Amino acid sequence: MDAAVKPPRKALLALLWLLPLVFLALFYFYPLGSILTLSLQRGGGLGQAVAAVLGSPAQRSVLGFTFWQATLSTLLTLAVGLPAAWLLARYQLRGKSLLRALSGIPFVLPTLVVAAAFDALLGPRGWVNQAAMSLFQLPAPPLQFVNTFGAILVAHVFYNATIVLRLVGDFWGRLNPRIEQAARSLGAAPWQVFLRISLPLLAPALAAAALLVFIFNFTSFGVVLVLGGPRFATLETEIYYQTTALFNLPVAAVLALLQLLCTLALTALYTRLSARLSRPLELASTRAAPRRLGAGGRLLAGLYLAVLVAFFLSPLLGLGLRSISRLTPERGQTQVQGGGLTLDYYRSLGEDPRDNIFFATPSQAIQTSLLYAGGTILVSLAVGLPAAWLLATRQQDLGSRLLDPLLMLPLGTSAVTLGLGFIVALNRPPLDLRTSPLLVPLAHSLVALPFVVRSLTPALRSIRPRLRQAAAMLGADPGQVLRHVDLPLVGRALLVSALFAFAVSVGEFGASALIARPEYPTIPVLIFRLLGQPGAQTYGQAMALSTLLMLFTGVGMLLIERLRIADVGEF
Amino acid sequence: MRPRLFALTLFALLLAACAPAAQDGPDTLTVMTHDSFAVSEAVVTAFEQQHNAEVVFLKVGDAGSATNQAVLAAGAPLADVFYGVDNTFLSRALEGDIFEPYDSPVLAEIPDHFKLDPHNGALPVDYGDVCLNYDIAYFEENNLEPPASLEDLLKPEYAGLLVVQNPASSSPGLAFLLTTIGHFGEEGYLDFWRGLVANDLRVVSDWDTAFYTEFSRWGGGRPIVVSYASSPPVDLIFAEEPLERPVTAALVADDTCFRQIEFVGILRGTQQRALAEAWVDFMLSPTFQEDLPLQMFVFPVNPNAQLADVFVDFLEVPQQPILVSPEAIAAHREAWVAAWTDAVLR
Repeated sequence: MDAAVKPPRKALLALLWLLPLVFLALFYFYPLGSILTLSLQRGGGLGQAVAAVLGSPAQRSVLGFTFWQATLSTLLTLAVGLPAAWLLARYQLRGKSLLRALSGIPFVLPTLVVAAAFDALLGPRGWVNQAAMSLFQLPAPPLQFVNTFGAILVAHVFYNATIVLRLVGDFWGRLNPRIEQAARSLGAAPWQVFLRISLPLLAPALAAAALLVFIFNFTSFGVVLVLGGPRFATLETEIYYQTTALFNLPVAAVLALLQLLCTLALTALYTRLSARLSRPLELASTRAAPRRLGAGGRLLAGLYLAVLVAFFLSPLLGLGLRSISRLTPERGQTQVQGGGLTLDYYRSLGEDPRDNIFFATPSQAIQTSLLYAGGTILVSLAVGLPAAWLLATRQQDLGSRLLDPLLMLPLGTSAVTLGLGFIVALNRPPLDLRTSPLLVPLAHSLVALPFVVRSLTPALRSIRPRLRQAAAMLGADPGQVLRHVDLPLVGRALLVSALFAFAVSVGEFGASALIARPEYPTIPVLIFRLLGQPGAQTYGQAMALSTLLMLFTGVGMLLIERLRIADVGEF
Repeated sequence: MRPRLFALTLFALLLAACAPAAQDGPDTLTVMTHDSFAVSEAVVTAFEQQHNAEVVFLKVGDAGSATNQAVLAAGAPLADVFYGVDNTFLSRALEGDIFEPYDSPVLAEIPDHFKLDPHNGALPVDYGDVCLNYDIAYFEENNLEPPASLEDLLKPEYAGLLVVQNPASSSPGLAFLLTTIGHFGEEGYLDFWRGLVANDLRVVSDWDTAFYTEFSRWGGGRPIVVSYASSPPVDLIFAEEPLERPVTAALVADDTCFRQIEFVGILRGTQQRALAEAWVDFMLSPTFQEDLPLQMFVFPVNPNAQLADVFVDFLEVPQQPILVSPEAIAAHREAWVAAWTDAVLR
């Protein structure tokens, strides 16, 4: 088939290759290479810096802890997410889209907000401790959550369960249940069906989700710093310390390279595995008629889902409640929430008594966030769709075997290092983007791309090659094949990837703070500003704004879930 | 190809919407600074009108990140002026040779002890003191005197009362570590910290957590926290209900606070030297200096600037804060923090 390549086809193919490669070269490899070279030049070169890192027991234990917490967090996330993915994919349950939307909210929230939410629920004056203290007449809060290892694990599950739910759940939902039913009717027990049929078929999506979750945990920064506290350090927090506090750029560069190598090794492993694991399947374009559960099963499932909903909802509710509770304690009373309810914090969000030049109202910040998110969706889809198509259709090419791990690299790259790289590399014409707002969607797209490609590739890969061949045989050029065969079949995956791009962008804090013009803060940047100063008014406002961000993303997620139900597989 | 065309058009529109408008007319002065920078719109407008200029601010992370960026871009600066390097990062900026010296005429009004760069590349703008804060109500209710010195913190009656920040991740945390080094000397500070640990010290990563989660003023369990001398009056300003007097206080006894001084400088390689000089003069002049306390909760180095009433009434300024030279901080920061980490966290 490929032997009969016509000239226009070649040009199109080249364009498809160029888009992701040029994007990565300009906005990833060039800045990263610049900062790493510059950093290592400042010290005695690579060898000396590597020796300094590997010779230090403190750095070795940081590396060990990074692996340990990431492995544990990933296993926990899978344990929590897989049953839910299965239930959502296979059974008709009420509140399905609510759970999906709910699980997506944490993913969008900046660490500061999640930390505040857990503090409102489990902190020393959180609702749980208060209830326990007044119930059992305790003098001190019985539960210590903030600054424990458990807090890191819980927060990681809270953040990443949605990746498992979505990537695995979505794929599972489109697996043709008839394969499983056939196995059942041939006498296989349910567990045999799961182990021999479902699991192998799910393997690509499962591996993709596990890899993404692991990389997220492996590079975790805010959760470890704020919720874990000073006793815990990951590679990323250490890179931040070495860079910002000590300006020890050679050591920071070696740590960043170490982090990168680990990501690369894992991704290469994943690519090998997934190429072997994935098989062309007939995916149901709409959700195949879901089954109903028996009475016992319904009870178990209901219980499990209720616990899961409570897990996602309670910190969010705690945060919402705090945003409408007066903070100032009465004299002689340590219960902060004793002051009654108020909407003052919301009302005062639009006021600026200090005439601050950088003041922005919440609606202005939401507009800024939306603009950046829209840009991120456009850029990441424009780059991600061709990349995913190449990965899916040219699985055997050396190029696409290399492209896959390359696209994953930005996720495993130190944000601190890459941020500095943007500044030292993109500051001269023709690429003088240093002060351009465009840099924000570009940076966000680097993070969103792996998600986009991960959602699209399995869907594209599952389109049976014969379908494409038939279309080509009937005279369709590759563009037509793409438009009339591939796109309609991956509409849903396209939506999921747009959703991920949106989520990554709205919740992102680091790049927005570093690059954004201060007159146009995003919501997370605005929250960060409010949290940085003393005063009940400002703290209450930060809680109110966090709640708004939460509601805003929750409603967004729900709307998209509705779209999915209506099934827009046709665009 | 229509969908792709549509996407391209949208993207082009976005590009157009985001691109800065072509500028002609007034000269543009770019001021690079840190996250916490704030200023009244009226103050900036006054400068812009007087000099027929437009001032653009670039915020580039916290004070440490901002300094790093300035050093990495030395000679080909991102901006004309950099404001916000403090005495804990000053050596890095001076060694990086990022500033052009400027002997501003306004410097004559400013006391010498604020001037830490003899070449006047970095000119002092404001200062703030990192001091212990305590919750007045807690000490009244428990018939306990608030601590009067750092040594007091080792006494059994103050066991379990103090929360501090990790000096590796927090700027007030580092300031308090430097206070103890200045107070007890390099040979004695670790013993003091070991004593604090034995007295049930609590360490958290950042100021937010210490202040809003752990401090008893906000319902936490610790009535003594490392914060700023400005925190009690600022808390008063942003209280929900008008308060007559602060409900927290700062301990400002001699040798118990660390003074952070922030500097401004003209970035080497600027194309706007004259305008940059005017801006530096402006930052040192009373108009700008009087705007500082309510915007950033730091205080003017220019004694001719008047303080707002709330600060006149309720701000306590330490008479003898700890001084550690920027050179010593730069040379020993890593070793001091590492030794502290071994003694306190392991």
